[in-house]
Amino acid sequence: MNFDFSDDQKQLRDEARRFLTEKCPPKAVREVIDGKASYDRELWKGLADMGFLGVAIPEAFGGSGAGHLELCVIAEEMGRALAPVPFSSTVYLAAEALMLAGSDAQKQKWLPAIASGAAVGTLALFEGSGNPSPDAIKLTASNGTLNGVKKPVPDGAIADFAIVAARTASTGRETDISLFLVDLTSEGVEAKALTNIDPSRGQAEISFKNVKAELLGPANEGWSILSRVLDRAAVLIAFEQVGGADRALEMGRDYALDRIAFGRQIGSFQAVKHMLADMYVSATLARSNCYYGAWALSTNASELPEAAAAARISATQAFQHCAKNNIQVHGGMGFTWEFDCHLYYRRSNALALGLGSLSYWEDALIDRMRQRNAA
Amino acid sequence: MNFDDTPQEAAFRAEAKAWIAANAPKQYEDELKKASLGRIQLRSANILEVAKAWQKKKADAGWAVPHWPKDYGGRGASPIERVIWQQEEGVFGKLGALFIIGHGMCGPTMMAYAAEDQKRHYLPPLASGENIWCQLFSEPAGGSDVAGLRTRAEKDGDDWVINGQKIWTSGAHYSDYGILITRTDPTVPKHKGLTMFFLDMKSPGVEVKPIKQANGQAEFNEVYFTDVRIPDAQRLGAVGDGWNVSLTTLMNERMAIGANVATGFPELFEFCNNLMLEDGPAIDARAVRSKLASWAVRASGLKYTSFRAISALSRGERPGPENSIGKLVAGAMLQDVATYALDLQGAAGVLSGPDDAEAAGKFQAMLLRSPATRVEGGTDEILRNIIAERVLGLPGDIRVDKDVPFNKIPTKGR
Ligand SMILES: Cc1cc2nc3c(=O)[nH]c(=O)nc-3n(C[C@H](O)[C@H](O)[C@H](O)COP(=O)(O)OP(=O)(O)OC[C@H]3O[C@@H](n4cnc5c(N)ncnc54)[C@H](O)[C@@H]3O)c2cc1C
Repeated sequence: MNFDFSDDQKQLRDEARRFLTEKCPPKAVREVIDGKASYDRELWKGLADMGFLGVAIPEAFGGSGAGHLELCVIAEEMGRALAPVPFSSTVYLAAEALMLAGSDAQKQKWLPAIASGAAVGTLALFEGSGNPSPDAIKLTASNGTLNGVKKPVPDGAIADFAIVAARTASTGRETDISLFLVDLTSEGVEAKALTNIDPSRGQAEISFKNVKAELLGPANEGWSILSRVLDRAAVLIAFEQVGGADRALEMGRDYALDRIAFGRQIGSFQAVKHMLADMYVSATLARSNCYYGAWALSTNASELPEAAAAARISATQAFQHCAKNNIQVHGGMGFTWEFDCHLYYRRSNALALGLGSLSYWEDALIDRMRQRNAA
Repeated sequence: MNFDDTPQEAAFRAEAKAWIAANAPKQYEDELKKASLGRIQLRSANILEVAKAWQKKKADAGWAVPHWPKDYGGRGASPIERVIWQQEEGVFGKLGALFIIGHGMCGPTMMAYAAEDQKRHYLPPLASGENIWCQLFSEPAGGSDVAGLRTRAEKDGDDWVINGQKIWTSGAHYSDYGILITRTDPTVPKHKGLTMFFLDMKSPGVEVKPIKQANGQAEFNEVYFTDVRIPDAQRLGAVGDGWNVSLTTLMNERMAIGANVATGFPELFEFCNNLMLEDGPAIDARAVRSKLASWAVRASGLKYTSFRAISALSRGERPGPENSIGKLVAGAMLQDVATYALDLQGAAGVLSGPDDAEAAGKFQAMLLRSPATRVEGGTDEILRNIIAERVLGLPGDIRVDKDVPFNKIPTKGR
């Protein structure tokens, strides 16, 4: 047993952190938050040049083929830096779906474009409120033509292509669902940006009117592919959450050392110390669950569904816990637009919802634990 | 990142598994499985005898405290092999509870500070369970503030003469030896005047009085010292350096307690998985699932945190203050889990007799024992202080008595 990243992977982490510290300071995040850009194109290009976008994409499809542990390491740094780029939608969702279910031609077309930064992709799953569920998918596909509306779609307004979950039958079974690959420049597609709690990453509504689309993966197996994509993305996003939680903890710690009240550093008050200690505890538990998820993801272990749900729940709780208490440690300053605390608060809550809410994953975890116990 | 055994680890596991299958006291397996937190009782046998017999059997085959050096009664196993052993020993590991203080704290302190011939003399019978050791630190005046202790040690020829009182000493009533921290100089600030010893608990002048605990059991004791003589050769570390010696013990304590802590979660999951509520199986209820999931990730988080610590240990890193997390998380969890399990039992949750209560009264016993977990070996508050100060680098608490000679420190709040 060795339960840690390798030295090479740690070196990659340092490299990614250096790069993001320089290219993605809070100022860059604010440009997007303030609406001056829909995402940071220069950073996106830089991430491609560094090889970060294609780190888990095989060499045959334009990536470096390093692997998913490497992607986890980078995801953590993306979360720390709050990178305002369509990384999770493109790399965790679209690329993973393509790698799992795409035909050779589909992979050949889109994966190299992802790795080089030329294409932004997304997954169009949700149709309004609720959690991932086959019943909630109303958008129809017949004879390869899509009709319906998806929202929220992460980075939907800037994406070049989408993987769309569509209903191909109405028997009430999971096999009613198939996945389609849609070039979003196609006729009949309309995307509009929606305001959301974390403008550093956009959300959109996309409507499809008689849009021609090609199947991704076998017909009627859309839901089983989707569940696997969601599990994989859950681990990767959990690393973003842990990166964010750690950074929020650091910010709180640093402020507690700087700020003086009643003639003392506020970090010398036990109530503040204990709040920060509890933030450390939640971030540490989440990190450990994430490492287990990373192992399961990188080895495609049968434990992945359970490990992914545990990483997801733990990291969601940790990031929310650290982000909200970071504001508390900062007092009034923490509630100003000027300070960066709210950027983490926003991101922590957006990431908590994007893949299905906490309660959805709690449900999933217990189901999976029961299955294992029964087996 | 890798969960698989190396070939060497796999061989170790196979050997351990085979030996345990052939030798474990299987007649007690069921009772041990049902046993709850706190002191284990067996219906059919004396637990002390059963535990000592199992430990002796392990020792004869080289499995006692596997990670200790061979010369001191171990087998020089790696940190990971130690975990493999624990995994394989499974429920029979519960029999080791009596030896935790000796193996986890006293032994390592002896290894760090005793003379070589003393180690060879005292450690093997400690490893084999022939001798049980206790830790005589806490006093009425010094618990969290260990350095506030008043038990005096005065030099008399080649001996030290001890007078004073310890309290909350686990297992003192059946212990053969103990490590003891005393005050040797009350005129200097409190951390500077302490000295550590080990002693024979049968020495004249040592008196042990069991204390009945809040949960009705009697695991800890008061220990009185009246003119007890300890040879200077049984001093651990330099005169006046007792504080540093005690830190070795406490760090090992956190490692020993933190590595394999009970959270109550597996018990709760099993309970909910079988429980029927008025409107269906408990495990199908949304509210139940939500709580279970939250506790599940805390329990798994702790497990993998300890795996990370073990991986660091295998690379030769020393156990650090971050190991305080284990007991901090587990203590609160035990209490919450137990409270919730009783809630699910409704009115009958008040019943605690094994024949009347659900799950043989396991959760009732957990409820009544869990407050101790949050106190023993460092309270929740002290553990948070350690994380805040030693891991996160926040300022130390204001310590008004730090530079005051010990005999000038006030002794009562009001
Ligand atoms: C079951 C059990 C077994 C034990 N076994 C042993 C043993 O074998 N050997 C041994 O030596 N001791 C043993 N102990 C003693 C244990 O180590 C002490 O009880 C513990 O360290 C707390 O000390 P105290 O009881 O004096 O409480 P106090 O120190 O009086 O604490 C009272 C309250 O004040 C809080 N407090 C104190 N200082 C601070 C601070 N600086 N900041 C914030 N809050 C603070 C505490 O957190 C607690 O809530 C055992 C205790 C129990 C319950």
